[in-house]
Amino acid sequence: MQETKHKLIRFCGEVLVLVALFTVIQYLITAGMLDMYYQINLTSMCINIILAVSLNLINGFTGQLSLGHAGFMAVGAYSSVIMTQFLGQPFAIGILAACAAAAVAGFIIGVPTLRLKGDYLAIATLAFGEIIRVVLMNIDYVNGPAGIVGIDKLTTWPLLYWSMIITILVVVNLINSSYGRAIVSVREDEVAAELMGINTTRYKVIAFVIGAMFAGLAGALYAHFFYIIKPETFNFLKSFDILVMVVLGGLGSTTGAIIAAIFITVLTAALQSFPAIRMILYALILIIVMIYRPQGLMGNKEFGRETLNRIWGGRR
Amino acid sequence: MPFTVYKGEVAIMLEFLQQLVNGLSLGAIYALIALGYTMVYGIIMLINFAHGDIMMVGAFVGFYSITLLGTNIVMAMIFAMIACAVLGVLIEKIAYRPLRKSTRIAALITAIGMSLFLEYMTIFLIGPQQKVFPHSAFPHKEYDLMGLLITNKDIFIIISAVVLMLILQYIIKMTKTGKAMRAVSVDREAAVLMGISVDKTISITFAIGSALAAAAGVMVGVYYNTINPLMGIIPGLKAFVAAVLGGIGIIPGAMVGGFVMGILETFVSGYGSSLYRDAVAFGVLVLILLIKPTGLFGKDTGEKV
Repeated sequence: MQETKHKLIRFCGEVLVLVALFTVIQYLITAGMLDMYYQINLTSMCINIILAVSLNLINGFTGQLSLGHAGFMAVGAYSSVIMTQFLGQPFAIGILAACAAAAVAGFIIGVPTLRLKGDYLAIATLAFGEIIRVVLMNIDYVNGPAGIVGIDKLTTWPLLYWSMIITILVVVNLINSSYGRAIVSVREDEVAAELMGINTTRYKVIAFVIGAMFAGLAGALYAHFFYIIKPETFNFLKSFDILVMVVLGGLGSTTGAIIAAIFITVLTAALQSFPAIRMILYALILIIVMIYRPQGLMGNKEFGRETLNRIWGGRR
Repeated sequence: MPFTVYKGEVAIMLEFLQQLVNGLSLGAIYALIALGYTMVYGIIMLINFAHGDIMMVGAFVGFYSITLLGTNIVMAMIFAMIACAVLGVLIEKIAYRPLRKSTRIAALITAIGMSLFLEYMTIFLIGPQQKVFPHSAFPHKEYDLMGLLITNKDIFIIISAVVLMLILQYIIKMTKTGKAMRAVSVDREAAVLMGISVDKTISITFAIGSALAAAAGVMVGVYYNTINPLMGIIPGLKAFVAAVLGGIGIIPGAMVGGFVMGILETFVSGYGSSLYRDAVAFGVLVLILLIKPTGLFGKDTGEKV
């Protein structure tokens, strides 16, 4: 009884914090205290968090290195734009279409490639990501390499914020479920997991499809905020951007991915006028993190109540 | 167009041969790059993502050696090969050696980092603009061989590639270093017990692989006329596909794979759509990985538990 009560209080507290954060920023936007520069960076931050958390599900928790995340983002962006701009559907339909299309793409690509291991899988996903981009460049319906310009700005702060929260919640709850334990066991030792009767391919595909779906969501939100999409935006350098966040935060730590996504977004904004230096820094982050702290900043630990308790010596 | 005077089958045949010639020189370039991939993979099981960028550095060293030092193309190639051999050894020492005991994913991510580092360091140092490879170093000549057009570029690329491959074969098959390389790639622990210095052998492998990539870089400069800091990405990926096609870790496989990829690419852009040229390479990769991941010449070894 005591335990349930505690859980309830904790849950209410967490919801309160989330709503408060949302309301404060919403207030700042409506009061005009956040100008366009901050709004753009805030939007990138939320989108990057969605991308990093979803890629972390594949790369970090399932241990399958995927380098094609930008491809799924592209699928989502294009399908949502086709829905809202070409077919005149509401944005909700656009988002659903984006998630569905990206999930289907994830399934089609995942089923054959996830039989491969390690670096072969990485290269195959990279190849598929690039194939998606080249195919988009050759479809006249979406203007080929020129891309689609003049997309209505339908991505609002509430939509963005709650999409991000839903992504995080789904991934965290998935990892804490029996599915999640199966998924992590695939990462830890695939052969052993298989011997314990876990259908490893099935769990890999599940993680891959869910990850792809949220990348599609991020793509839809991106397209309807930044006015223009073209295939070049979603090349493999974009995938590497997301990979940097996941690696820096720690393969297998959702809070790590969030912190790293925030950090990388701020870094990108700060170095906007020096793109070469930004990429050199990314490169150094990848190399130095892998040599000195291959588990990433957070390892597979989560930043939460326990950490706070430890830092401030709170009671157990 | 000399072959338009022919009618029917002869013209078709000639065009086919013409595409084949074009494909051969592109294939020679891919084969040289693929050799580096395959040698490094054979010895430390790492896909050296930075390999295409080493090729790019080679192209720039060649470019500056022609424009600043005024050397001829052969000397430019030799300078580029020396510079990149040193670069390759340094990269291995700094970035890959500390990771030799960690997971393959960690090493792969480091290699991706190294690739980005080389690309953007070059952009930072000399700017993102593309540079025109000096024509003076290589005056354009065409030879008409019974209707078949062969440029001196094609001849230069194919001959130097074949010479380099023969030298490589000699090193690997006939010298002690080559023997050590083969031994380390078969069984590293046993090689150590036989008194082979693994570190030194791996360094030599990187030096040779990078030198071949540098030669390919100068050839790309000659072939496409322009070079830029991001030029290594796509040829690098295609050469990787070539290495996988031939069976990664297998040296003759990389040569065959390179030529197959080059010819395939020329035929697709010659007969089909040039826009799908890059997608074809990736399509081939996906097909091999799904049908026979060990490549044409590979043997399935299975997984030890």
